[in-house]
Amino acid sequence: MIRVTRKLEFSAAHFYHNPNLSAEENRRLFGKCNNPHGHGHNYVLEVTVAGEPDPATGMVLDLKELKEILQREIAERMDHRHLNYEVPELAGKIPTCENIAAVIWALLEPKITKGRLDCVRVYESPDLFADCTAGSNGVHPGEGRL
Amino acid sequence: MTGPLKLSLTRRYRFAASHRLYSTAFSEEENKRLYGKCGNPYGHGHNYVVEVTLTGPVDPRTGMVANLNELDPFVAREVLEPFDQKYLNEEVGDFRDNVPTTENVCREIYRRLRNFPSARLEKVRIEETANNSFEFAGESSAAQERAE
Repeated sequence: MIRVTRKLEFSAAHFYHNPNLSAEENRRLFGKCNNPHGHGHNYVLEVTVAGEPDPATGMVLDLKELKEILQREIAERMDHRHLNYEVPELAGKIPTCENIAAVIWALLEPKITKGRLDCVRVYESPDLFADCTAGSNGVHPGEGRL
Repeated sequence: MTGPLKLSLTRRYRFAASHRLYSTAFSEEENKRLYGKCGNPYGHGHNYVVEVTLTGPVDPRTGMVANLNELDPFVAREVLEPFDQKYLNEEVGDFRDNVPTTENVCREIYRRLRNFPSARLEKVRIEETANNSFEFAGESSAAQERAE
């Protein structure tokens, strides 16, 4: 089996706030990420697809197609957007890199028709990233709304 | 239909420290042969990068596997403060008796972090230099059973 990874960068704004908690509790949990004016990141998305190379083409999937899927499904939804207000799939969720990775997984999985989606990694900064893979002990897409 | 998902969170930290690879279990000659220039008696140093990976359910209140407001001070207290700007052989943990190879440093840091209260430690990965990295994800269950 071969794993193929394609990167996409996008820039977006967000902040962390749980409307079910007091202002005090929000500040305690989220610190400066609770600033209601928001702040931004240069996110880096790494999408890994696993599979056997097609014997005719030598490819697991055409990276040009994957590039177009990432552009259409992710960049157009999230690049230069405010993740709290402008991305319907994140509505009612705190836009942490964990939740962003799970949402991106759910958006991409049905679009990957050659190979299978293996990992969605979202870097919020070079020192912080979340990985979403198939498995247990995470969230089910749709769950975790406030 | 998307099935259940596994989420993990990885945070990178840095510390700078010196060490020397030398074992009293071997002769001077053997130490020279095994460790080469890493055995220089005056020591040498690295800018270590520590990657800490945690897994667990995403807390619905925070949307997080682990809150950095808890993780950062925990790692600072358990690892960065004791390790940063230190001579590992003399000043940290049991490296007086254990050679502070990055394999051993990796296990020691895993041991110090595995009791993080609100998520499960999946692995510790250390970059000793940009060209060398080491990973430890705990002993396998088979090895643990043998040890018990």
